[in-house]
Amino acid sequence: MITLTEVLILAAIMFSISVAGIFLNRKNLIILLMSIELMLLSVNINFIAFSYYMGDLAGQVFVFFILTVAAAEAAIGLAILVVLFRNKRTINVDDLNEMKG
Amino acid sequence: MEFIAAYLPSAMMNDQTISQLPLALPEIVMLCMASIVLIVDLFLNDKTRGGTYILSQFTLLALVVITVMSFTQQKSIAFHGTFVRDGMGDLLKIFVYIVTFTVFLYSKSYLKARDMFKGEYYVLGLFAVLGMMVMISAQSFLTIYLGLELLSLCMYALVALQRDSIIASESAMKYFVLGAIASGMLLYGMSMIYGATGSLELATINAEVMKNTDNIVLIFGLVFVLVGVAFKLGAVPFHMWLPDVYQGSPTAVAIFIGSAPKIAAFAMTMRLLVDGLHGLHVQWQDMLIIMAVASLAIGNIVAIAQTNIKRMLAYSTISHVGFIMLGIMTAEKGGYTASMFYTIVYTLMALGAFGMIMYMSRMGFESDKLDDFRGLNQRSPWFAFIMLIFMFSMAGVPPFVGFWAKLSILKAVVAVDMTWLAVTAVVFSIIGAFYYLRIIKLMYFDTPQETSAIEGASDLRVMLSLNGIAILGLGLYPELIMGLVISVM
Repeated sequence: MITLTEVLILAAIMFSISVAGIFLNRKNLIILLMSIELMLLSVNINFIAFSYYMGDLAGQVFVFFILTVAAAEAAIGLAILVVLFRNKRTINVDDLNEMKG
Repeated sequence: MEFIAAYLPSAMMNDQTISQLPLALPEIVMLCMASIVLIVDLFLNDKTRGGTYILSQFTLLALVVITVMSFTQQKSIAFHGTFVRDGMGDLLKIFVYIVTFTVFLYSKSYLKARDMFKGEYYVLGLFAVLGMMVMISAQSFLTIYLGLELLSLCMYALVALQRDSIIASESAMKYFVLGAIASGMLLYGMSMIYGATGSLELATINAEVMKNTDNIVLIFGLVFVLVGVAFKLGAVPFHMWLPDVYQGSPTAVAIFIGSAPKIAAFAMTMRLLVDGLHGLHVQWQDMLIIMAVASLAIGNIVAIAQTNIKRMLAYSTISHVGFIMLGIMTAEKGGYTASMFYTIVYTLMALGAFGMIMYMSRMGFESDKLDDFRGLNQRSPWFAFIMLIFMFSMAGVPPFVGFWAKLSILKAVVAVDMTWLAVTAVVFSIIGAFYYLRIIKLMYFDTPQETSAIEGASDLRVMLSLNGIAILGLGLYPELIMGLVISVM
């Protein structure tokens, strides 16, 4: 039997990997978008685990909403990425430096 | 209502949901009208595009009327505890409509001059307003999250509206990534609080939190929720997106991001921290103090070094957010009232300052450098005076309304025996006064770099003048807004 703690640790590790991916990655914006998705998925695992072990359905309903919104978010993120690539001809994170101060 | 109920299965008739629908009337009207604007715009060409504009403005005015007519002091919770209708929410919504109306009015000629006068701006704007309304009326984590995302997704798209601009697409990307991280953090915190309390509804959460305020899981969740809230408000150390987004986005979008969403972010903070997690106020007070002081310091000091006025206004926003957080930090009714007053007053001032930038801009000229304001008094004495009102008000000089906003926050902070905090806030405000006064010096004592007449649209001129007079008038009679705010809190 898998305990709640084990699932929460898994979610925490996934969350940490995604945050590390966002802050350590200096090369590719698409990896950044993937990290954001991973972050939302780790939250989903958290919600489902709590929902399952407490026998409360509300958490699972929330997960459906998060999945839907994450899809919309990814669509907008990729659209902005395309616009950015057309203008700058690069999706290197380090090249996002037009504005300073 | 009875007509609809007759066609529904009996199980649904017993349900309260149908009879509660009128409570969400403003949201329903907004959703329908935004969809109608979207469809109508398809049938318009660039010559008849004014129809979209008029329909959007009509929607906002109609919503003001609807919300005023159904204004209620009574707190009613509907739709299985996910939605709340109360005086605070109604008042904030009314200001969101008015502010958005002004934003649309100011930006019309700006958009026309840049070939951006398209339906997207208005449709995305109206849906963003719907997101703000849901956020303001949210009573569960689910509705807070949905409202926040609806607002944020519209905003990301709006920033990237100017498709051929490098800095606009770059700032849209930065805004998107940081906003998505903030949502992720907020959700992670919400999941922890859900685990500790077993509910998503703020009222139930509050009752559970009261039972056990030392729960480490709750405090862990609270930290993440606060990170999300601070991101959306733009408080230090989560302020990095604000200057880039303000500078990079078209002024017509920057004015929108800088005004109405602050009201919604204030409402979200109140719902989460006061309605939901008031039992943990000892913990969140400390965190808010740190963020507020850091915001006041970084905002006011870094603003001095800016040469771009939009970027300067972004840092000024950060310092104002510090003040708003100070009011919430008191965890007292007086502090909440002061914060709400400050938020409303701040949005009115931000509208004016951005409106001035748009008034002075023209085709191919953004007018977003501080130097562009040189000698404005010689070119247009009246609008130099209006800008002087906005700057004095932001700096907190009496008799303008910004002074009363700052004063009420400081009073609330002193009332909870944190005089040192009030002194810190005053010291940083004085440092901040420098960069506001510098603009006044540039306008009145420097010679203009160019002497061409400013060609602002007449509706923009009238509204901008009204906006400036309102700041002065409300400064002379601050109880007009303060009375409203006190009556709903």
